[in-house]
Amino acid sequence: MEHRVRSPLSERDVSKLSAGDIVWLSGTVYTARDKAHQRLREVKLDLRGGVIYHCGPLIRDTTVVSAGPTSSVRLARYLPEVLDLGVRCIIGKGGMPGAAELMRGRAVYLAYPGGCGAAAARSLSVRGVCLPELGMAEAVWELEATDLGPMVVAIDSHGRDLYREVRESAKRQLKR
Amino acid sequence: MRCLDVVEATEAVVCKAQVSLPRWVVRSIEGALCRERDEIARYHLQTILDNIRIAESDARPMCQDTGLPVFHVEIGERCLLDFDLREAIAEGVRRATRKGMLRPNVVDPLSRSNTGDNTGPGMPYLIVDHVAGDLLRITAFPKGAGSENMSFLGMLNPADDPFEYILESLADRVSNACPPVFVGVGIGGTFDQAAALAKRAVMCPPGEREEELLLLERINDLGIGPMGLGGDTTALGVKIEKAFCHTASLPVAVNLQCWANRRASVTVTEEGWSIE
Repeated sequence: MEHRVRSPLSERDVSKLSAGDIVWLSGTVYTARDKAHQRLREVKLDLRGGVIYHCGPLIRDTTVVSAGPTSSVRLARYLPEVLDLGVRCIIGKGGMPGAAELMRGRAVYLAYPGGCGAAAARSLSVRGVCLPELGMAEAVWELEATDLGPMVVAIDSHGRDLYREVRESAKRQLKR
Repeated sequence: MRCLDVVEATEAVVCKAQVSLPRWVVRSIEGALCRERDEIARYHLQTILDNIRIAESDARPMCQDTGLPVFHVEIGERCLLDFDLREAIAEGVRRATRKGMLRPNVVDPLSRSNTGDNTGPGMPYLIVDHVAGDLLRITAFPKGAGSENMSFLGMLNPADDPFEYILESLADRVSNACPPVFVGVGIGGTFDQAAALAKRAVMCPPGEREEELLLLERINDLGIGPMGLGGDTTALGVKIEKAFCHTASLPVAVNLQCWANRRASVTVTEEGWSIE
């Protein structure tokens, strides 16, 4: 099933998204990676219903040149805090261990194909930046997305985690 | 040979590697899309191919992780270098960074402070070979963190099966390395030699020896697929490099390269430089 959604997202919006569905997203997204997550509470952003993009973009002046996802696994430790701030959607790659339980009834994880920074950049424009002192890759960029996609619902709000399913199936294959 | 030629050649080859992939890499991904039966995997492979086309037509880096500046440098024995080659290549990297073609990625490993220009102690990283002739050949291999972070090394017991070790480790790790990946394996030698062999292996086009094709098939049988969401293609190629090792040792290193198997070469002579 394909969906076109706009941030901020409600609980109802995310509950409609099921693992394996394809999503195109418009509206505000905030980039955040390692250093930004350590300081997320300092940034007085209203993240209720918000979208966090695990991304360290390449920006020239104020133009997004390339902006694909970074590995979400490094940021899994911050997930409880991020969800407590009201975030409803995380975009990244590779998934986050333990996320399905934490996101149940609250949020979804969308997979954008890793490495596809040039394609993603065409759907993104810069609206602002927080924590610029962290540098280009680590700052929190406020980006406006226009039909960013196609993304796959990889972890839904009903407890399904496609990465875990694939990994468990690979482990069974190894035992054969 | 002029220092400025090496600086300009490096800047040019770094930029080329960011915006376009070798034809054989693109054909390999196209082949994977033709074979793929999983719908989500087909979406991902199609987006990857679209992305490659966009990067080339817009002349923008295909991935925002423009990587660490890794170079293979082949120095002809009759090549006269009366300047600091490392510094010339570093200056080329700084220029490409200033142009906005490289994201500043290089930081101090402990303080994590960013140098802002993609250079610093040990960076750029040069893998040097001395060869016959009077040419200098520089190949840029930008190396992203996603696949580098998921690379691994084990000092195995000689009784262990190295291929089982590789498959079990990949089953855990490869979904974070932006699959479909290219797999460089270094077996044998010392601890550091195994890692160096794995890096050399991943810098080569995929191998076609029996053990390489068999390992490739077994990796793809795991079904991890593009981006770890399931599918027929987890790896696009395997290359294995060996060195003889101690009778008590079995070092095994695996260096992973994401689908964005970026590389470009430039040749520098007394007369100037040209991109290959």
